[in-house]
Amino acid sequence: MKRTLNIVLFFLALLVAWELCVRARVWPKVLLPSPLKVGEYLGAAAADGTLLSASWVTLKRLLLGYVAGIALGVPLGLLCARFKYAQDTLGTMALGLQTLPSVCWAPLALLWFGQTEWAVFFITFMGSLWSIALAVEGGVRNVPPIYARAARTMGSRGLHTWIFVALPAALPFVVSGMKQGWAFAWRSLMAAEIYVTILTGFGLGHLLHYGRELNAMEQVIAIMLLIVGIGLLVDRLLFLPWERFMHRRWGLSG
Amino acid sequence: MSTARSKLSIQAVSKRFQASGGEVHALDEVSLEVKDGEFVCLVGPSGCGKSTLLNLIAGLDRADQGQILADDQVITGPGPDRLVMFQESALFPWLDVMDNVLFGLKRKQCMPKKELRDLAMHYLRLVGLERFAHASVHELSGGMKQRVALARALAPKPRVLLMDEPFAALDAMTREQLYGDLQRIWEECKKTIVFVTHNVREAVCLGDRVVLFSPHPGRIREQFEIHLPRSRDINDVHLAEHAALITQALKSHAQAGARTVDGKEVA
Repeated sequence: MKRTLNIVLFFLALLVAWELCVRARVWPKVLLPSPLKVGEYLGAAAADGTLLSASWVTLKRLLLGYVAGIALGVPLGLLCARFKYAQDTLGTMALGLQTLPSVCWAPLALLWFGQTEWAVFFITFMGSLWSIALAVEGGVRNVPPIYARAARTMGSRGLHTWIFVALPAALPFVVSGMKQGWAFAWRSLMAAEIYVTILTGFGLGHLLHYGRELNAMEQVIAIMLLIVGIGLLVDRLLFLPWERFMHRRWGLSG
Repeated sequence: MSTARSKLSIQAVSKRFQASGGEVHALDEVSLEVKDGEFVCLVGPSGCGKSTLLNLIAGLDRADQGQILADDQVITGPGPDRLVMFQESALFPWLDVMDNVLFGLKRKQCMPKKELRDLAMHYLRLVGLERFAHASVHELSGGMKQRVALARALAPKPRVLLMDEPFAALDAMTREQLYGDLQRIWEECKKTIVFVTHNVREAVCLGDRVVLFSPHPGRIREQFEIHLPRSRDINDVHLAEHAALITQALKSHAQAGARTVDGKEVA
């Protein structure tokens, strides 16, 4: 309880400091609107449904790209962990492409798919795929060989070993890979929405982009806050339960 | 054939490894017979091939020459008739204690879930951990983990139990307790046990027979029958005398080994 109170106090202090900066006119008002102004925008945009529909559009795209990233990334990671040849070829490729900032896919995606949903999907997918694959590969490779040896002596073979030993043993790494993949997908999608102007759906990135075009600083800051908020929320809803489970079972700190 | 009454028959087994310093001759034509229900301890300095031999019996590795028979059948791979207890417990952290014990059991026995669980519970009771059936592995102490590992290894009723320095990482108090428990369980279950250790007293405390190995190349040097009454206490004076004798033999072989190594200028 005291912990929560301290956290709330910290953020309140931050808001007060912000307000004080505005009142002291440290920066011009167009560049730093007061927290109240930002709040007003958030209230108004929430009321007219802009925020909800933009968040919905964005989350739908995110989920699509991320799920596709997992669907291909996990098998790819397993393949690289199992076969040396796949590791040397696909693994190296994944390592290389993972270092490529996802916004670098934007020009290619625009030329290939035009200003469509596909371009946005492609950028999000490419942004998350490689980091998920690499995390899964590293995870399976990090499993102590003693587990597989013990399983072999108890009569476990081939597919059984993979499903009941290698995968669960790699679970902590796989989950942290998924988390990383999520973070990358989220970043990629924002880059895509800012750079790829499409008419089929108005996402949070677009709101951010038009905030800049219209010089509406309160919109820019409000949307940024919303993006941070969604990121935190998903972390809590999607990953915290898994981390709790692993903490209980493995005794890992998470 | 002399193997008729042997549980395990190790026949002129050799094994070499490629290491960074050149070829390591881990085992050189090692032969050994283990009787049914016998408790055999393999002792020697590190690198003498005792763990290698255990892995060969387990089927986790293959011999370059020679063969190993279990109940007159040539060993070609790992199997639940020869279960291994490792130095680290090798329990699966994603399963609770009960499911760990069930893992090997499920692979071997086809019976209703209820009976499997009863069987697993029986072995957990045997090692004194029935109250921890639903604990997570990380909640157990080192000694408790090895008890679970023992229950897991015993549950599928292996013909032979292979133990690779299972108590080496434990503190002295816990170890002494486990010596007593292991002897009791061995007498109850009438298992054939091959136990690898570098601790001579431990070997004398547990074994019917202590087999002394020497390294470079790994060979059996001497064997000692231990006729002390059970259950043995590691702090017993007679036991200490036996251990002293074997330790002396171990040292003399090690020195002899060192001389030949120096002679060849290998070291």
